[in-house]
Amino acid sequence: MIRKLFDIIANNAVPAVFIIISAFAIPLSGYSGTYLVQELITRIGRNSFLILSLLIPIMAGMGLNFGMVLGAMAGQIGLLLIYDWGVVGIPGMVLACLIGTPIAVLLGMFCGAVLNRAKGREMVTSYILGFFINGVYQMVVLYLMGWVIPITNPTLLLSRGYGVRNAVSLLGIRGVLDNLLPTVIAGTEGAKQFLSVQGNGAFFVMHLPFLGGAIRIPLATLIVIGLFCVFIVWFRKTKLGQDMRAIGQSQSVADSAGIAVNRTRIIAIVISTVLACYGQIIYLQNMGTLNTYNSHDQTGMFSIAALLIGGASVSHASIANVFVGVVLFHLMFIVAPVAGKNLVGDAQIGEYFRVFVSYGIIALALVLHAWRRNREREASRRSLRGNKGGE
Amino acid sequence: MITRFIDKAGWPRIIIALFLLALFIAAPFVGVRVDTSLSNTLVRFGMNGVMVLAMIPMVQAGCGLNFGLPLGIIAGLLGATLSIEFNAEIMTRLVELAGQYKITWLTQEFVDNWRAAIGFGSAIVIAVPIAAVLGWFYGKLLNRVKGDEMMIATYVGFSSVSFMCIAWLLMPYKHPAMVWGYAGHGLRTTISVEGYWLHVLNDSLAVNINEHLKIPTGMLIFFAVMAVLVWVFMRTKTGTAMTAAGSNPEFARASGVNVDHMRTISVMLSTVLGAIGILVYQQSFGFIQLYMGPFYMALPAVASILLGGASVNKAGILNVIVGTFLFQGILTMTPSVINSYLQTDMSEVIRLIVSNGMILYALTRKVRG
Repeated sequence: MIRKLFDIIANNAVPAVFIIISAFAIPLSGYSGTYLVQELITRIGRNSFLILSLLIPIMAGMGLNFGMVLGAMAGQIGLLLIYDWGVVGIPGMVLACLIGTPIAVLLGMFCGAVLNRAKGREMVTSYILGFFINGVYQMVVLYLMGWVIPITNPTLLLSRGYGVRNAVSLLGIRGVLDNLLPTVIAGTEGAKQFLSVQGNGAFFVMHLPFLGGAIRIPLATLIVIGLFCVFIVWFRKTKLGQDMRAIGQSQSVADSAGIAVNRTRIIAIVISTVLACYGQIIYLQNMGTLNTYNSHDQTGMFSIAALLIGGASVSHASIANVFVGVVLFHLMFIVAPVAGKNLVGDAQIGEYFRVFVSYGIIALALVLHAWRRNREREASRRSLRGNKGGE
Repeated sequence: MITRFIDKAGWPRIIIALFLLALFIAAPFVGVRVDTSLSNTLVRFGMNGVMVLAMIPMVQAGCGLNFGLPLGIIAGLLGATLSIEFNAEIMTRLVELAGQYKITWLTQEFVDNWRAAIGFGSAIVIAVPIAAVLGWFYGKLLNRVKGDEMMIATYVGFSSVSFMCIAWLLMPYKHPAMVWGYAGHGLRTTISVEGYWLHVLNDSLAVNINEHLKIPTGMLIFFAVMAVLVWVFMRTKTGTAMTAAGSNPEFARASGVNVDHMRTISVMLSTVLGAIGILVYQQSFGFIQLYMGPFYMALPAVASILLGGASVNKAGILNVIVGTFLFQGILTMTPSVINSYLQTDMSEVIRLIVSNGMILYALTRKVRG
């Protein structure tokens, strides 16, 4: 009974704590509801895809795939190349995905093979692997691009003639997916104001009279994310998905049931890496600038933190966790600096606070997971001993 | 014979050693002085040695590589900043106490002459108990999460660093050399130790062979003393029990070793060594780096000991010495030699690939069945 209560609390503690923090921080920040909703919808469009890419390795019992940054790097290479070739708009995004896919597949296969050699330590290994491939990525982008890999556009290169600049503006594909089906939800006044601004066309305007301002909806991005969710639901039911779940339960049982464990694990990581590649491309088309050497750095950390804040654990994560996580994590992201500033007069504190929370939440989730697993192991051992004693 | 040696040393280590050798051979041809490089390598060796040494107890006790080193570093930073904050008070109190207890040699003159050493010493004295307490909690935590120590250690390190970012801003430090000038509160991101204990170890007993080659004897002796202490400790009854707890926990428990207790001690020891290590590093580097400074400091230390031949569950002093020398050698040589050759700075990329490649290699090796 107490045990069950403990489990319920442990399972939902993280989202609950976040809701409480937000409940205090939102009034402190002084932001309007419309502004917050607008920001949240933008961020759901920007980040959900990346976070969804984490689900499949968790299903296969491989824990949080810190190696998703590999996919992010593949996506960035695709974006750099289309920038150089001058392909813009939706064709540019599709081409970037097409370039990124084979790179992501190769990196994913490499990552999967490495992780198969480090069973039981997948997370720390994929984490270090991220750093390692980051070194390789930097070598490619900083030294080989413009030297071995032909780059013709001089605005992309450093003044020395090779190596890509630190900040690349992605004006060509900025917002192309978000604004493919421009949609606005607005009050009567808000809609008038919004449409009166030059260049603000809307494919679809929805009137909500009580709303103060106007909220832009990145409809096409949300549709893509929705399709992806459908894909995951469908994938779980396929033979491959079932195999992965079996492996997640017990590798040895799955192995004796005739499932090719290592191969399936590699496939799980490949899928995750490729999806992370697309996720990063969607993320960057929303941001509009690519920080060549930093954009991918935090991708893994922020995505994982968001997923965990949504109530996922190392061994179990659902689509609902993704969206709850995005909303709660980014709510804090938006309000923390301002709340910190209004509370103690220093925005830097709020900034550090949200960094602390991101890392702290990952630490907490990992500890809870390991702790629970060890307790379960202990309990099963005890029950085994008890049965023997009874016989 | 050769294959046996290669087998024992492992391919990555040999490749890196050969690479370093090649760099030293190539150095004169591109106008880099070998003696300057050697001198730099020695300084960096001394700077980082103690932090690498901090890996040994935890690895031996079966807690894995100490990715949570930043926790120890934070204790060291607290020691350093508190020692500067109360520098003047410490000096006057010391003379007062000497008068009270009739210690005749500890005069005002003595204190004035040894200001740097006393400041550095008090930083260590303050840092060690803090590190021990933090290490105790950290050890208790790691005991509850057996099997996942390394990942959790990483995030314990990260979250404690980011927590301290807030604390550095809020703690009531007053010393004008340390707080932001215009705000009057909150510590600066880098604090110079000049005028306190800059090069206190580097310069003591330093031998100048020529104008380019200087041996930081004091720092090397300090490292040697720490290494000997760790070596002796690992051979005491507690140290042996610790190794037993690491290599076979079930067996150790059967022979009456309290495994959890041993693991806690090892984590405390690692954390304390990390605290001392960062102080040694700072006195040579010249600055106390706060805020995100300690964030990635565990990775070079982890990579060094692995480069020296340690594995995830076995490490010794020799691994520390060889590994730190190789790793720091590469860090010193690649910027100077490769830059003069290719006209670009590839050191950062090489550092990333070598250090993380080494950690990956160690993690993916089959150690036990």
